[in-house]
Amino acid sequence: MLQVENLTKRYGAVLAVDGLSFEIAGAGVYGFLGPNGAGKSTTMNIMTGCLSATAGTVKISGYDIYENPREAKKRVGYLPEQPPLYLGETPEEYLRFVGEAKGVRGAELKRQIAAVIDETGIGDMRRRRISALSKGYRQRVGIAQALLGEPDTVILDEPTVGLDPIQILEIRALIAQLGESRTVLISSHILSEVQTMCSKILIISHGRLVAFDAPDALEARLASPGEISVTAETDAADAKALIAEIPGIAGVTVVSDSPERCRLTVEAGGGDIYALSKKIFLAFAGSGAALCELGVKKASLEEIFLELTEKEPETVVGEEAESA
Amino acid sequence: MTAIFTHELRSYFHTLTAWLFAAFLLCFVGIGAMLYNIQAAVSNFEYVLSFGCLVFVVIVPILTMRVLAEERRQKTDQLLYSLPVSTVEVVLGKYAALIVLYLVPLAIICVYPLIFARFGEVYLPTSYGSIFAFFLLGAALLAVGMFVSSLTENQGLAAGVGIALILFNYYSVSLSEYVSTSPVGSVIALLVLICALGLIIKYLTGSGALGYWAALILAFAVAVTYIVSGEALEGLLPEIMSALSLFERFYVFVNGVFDLKAVVFYLSVTGFFLFLTVQSLEKRRYN
Repeated sequence: MLQVENLTKRYGAVLAVDGLSFEIAGAGVYGFLGPNGAGKSTTMNIMTGCLSATAGTVKISGYDIYENPREAKKRVGYLPEQPPLYLGETPEEYLRFVGEAKGVRGAELKRQIAAVIDETGIGDMRRRRISALSKGYRQRVGIAQALLGEPDTVILDEPTVGLDPIQILEIRALIAQLGESRTVLISSHILSEVQTMCSKILIISHGRLVAFDAPDALEARLASPGEISVTAETDAADAKALIAEIPGIAGVTVVSDSPERCRLTVEAGGGDIYALSKKIFLAFAGSGAALCELGVKKASLEEIFLELTEKEPETVVGEEAESA
Repeated sequence: MTAIFTHELRSYFHTLTAWLFAAFLLCFVGIGAMLYNIQAAVSNFEYVLSFGCLVFVVIVPILTMRVLAEERRQKTDQLLYSLPVSTVEVVLGKYAALIVLYLVPLAIICVYPLIFARFGEVYLPTSYGSIFAFFLLGAALLAVGMFVSSLTENQGLAAGVGIALILFNYYSVSLSEYVSTSPVGSVIALLVLICALGLIIKYLTGSGALGYWAALILAFAVAVTYIVSGEALEGLLPEIMSALSLFERFYVFVNGVFDLKAVVFYLSVTGFFLFLTVQSLEKRRYN
């Protein structure tokens, strides 16, 4: 369980994280999404005790990362953006050090090392030097390190950056598997990645939380209502007249017009877009004008993401002006 | 702490570092023993050590340059910060590994006086007293080197600064004979020291104002002292230079005096620089 309350980090005049609050609990993969420079790595570094916060608290399984760092850090595994590996060692030696530092000893340490090596699939590489491993395997060693000590929460900062497509798929599968039994928080600036892997998404922009929900719910709740493209065997004026009678429409634009066929784009005003397309269908059917095409275009998560993260600078600028 | 310690020690013996360090120290002391004890047939082993302590100028920076700088360069310092281990434990663990590494060749050196004692009369208390002081001197220098390493992520820079610092300390007594003994000279030297102190405070606390104010207040105090009684400052600069010399106190042991004050001085220097190292690491979390 991870509780973040009112977290703020200021670098001189730059506000990297601005009053961030959220709470995640239970097994699953959570996505931490934001454009470059949104404050993802800063937040993750603070949550794992690598960086101090200017204000706010972070609690891991109930333990405050500042007041009780030892207990808190025992309950969180962290893979920073660049895997912190000692290149001259083998994965086995490296994992033994990390395990010992996390306070695991003896037979229990052996068991856990074997378990994480098995889980991350680095069995064949366990006795090679880390400097000889490929990027994908290094990333796995980094993840294995984070899993030692059996933490409830695992935080991975951009775990798929710099990997080739096959390695990306492998690491994603691994993360999905980890999420079955633990709370896994991954950061990314790639939307499709988070969309496929995560049960819930936190979107941050300019250090602030702008959305926190399941991908589908985000689409449903935040999407601009979407558009319906209509092609009908009638002229544009008739078609517009038909559509104008339907409630819940924000606007109509004519794409092309000829006496026998027209194309329109109907902007939905909100509510269920499929109910609206049904009404359009029935309206045209009732008038006898044949509908050649009826296409529903929902706003994608990509658009939501862009909308959420792009409109923010204005408010930040406004606030800065106020405080100045 | 034990995890850091064993990991550090293992990595030293895995790489060439530990072996090179020991070989260098033994080689230098060996040459000294040959020159003094064998060729010149002097029975005092402590002279060998007073000759040998010059080797610290090279081997201490080489041993300590990577201890923290490399962690920072490889970004493994993030791992150390995120592990359930405090910064104090990290620093002490690493320092303890350095000490053990240093004790290995020293244990071999401890045998030399016994060997020489078989062939003539060796006054063992002075020999072992000097070896003990030699250990403390090295331990203090290792703490200094570790602090220098914590300031940068560039090993070469850490080594360079370390060599310069230790070399300056080694020659500071000889140099102090050439510096000005006039009150004005002392004032200038004190102001330079105050500026350095202010910069250290600024760097470690990240608060510029604190550093500037501390430096200003101290500078003001110096100015007042100079105006009120200028003579009090006469000869202060050479005194400061010899007082700060770690090597000078070692020669007291070589001359056959077991100087408790010097022991306290070495331990204080070690403690002070370990403290600074912890602060330097903590500071990186708080910038």
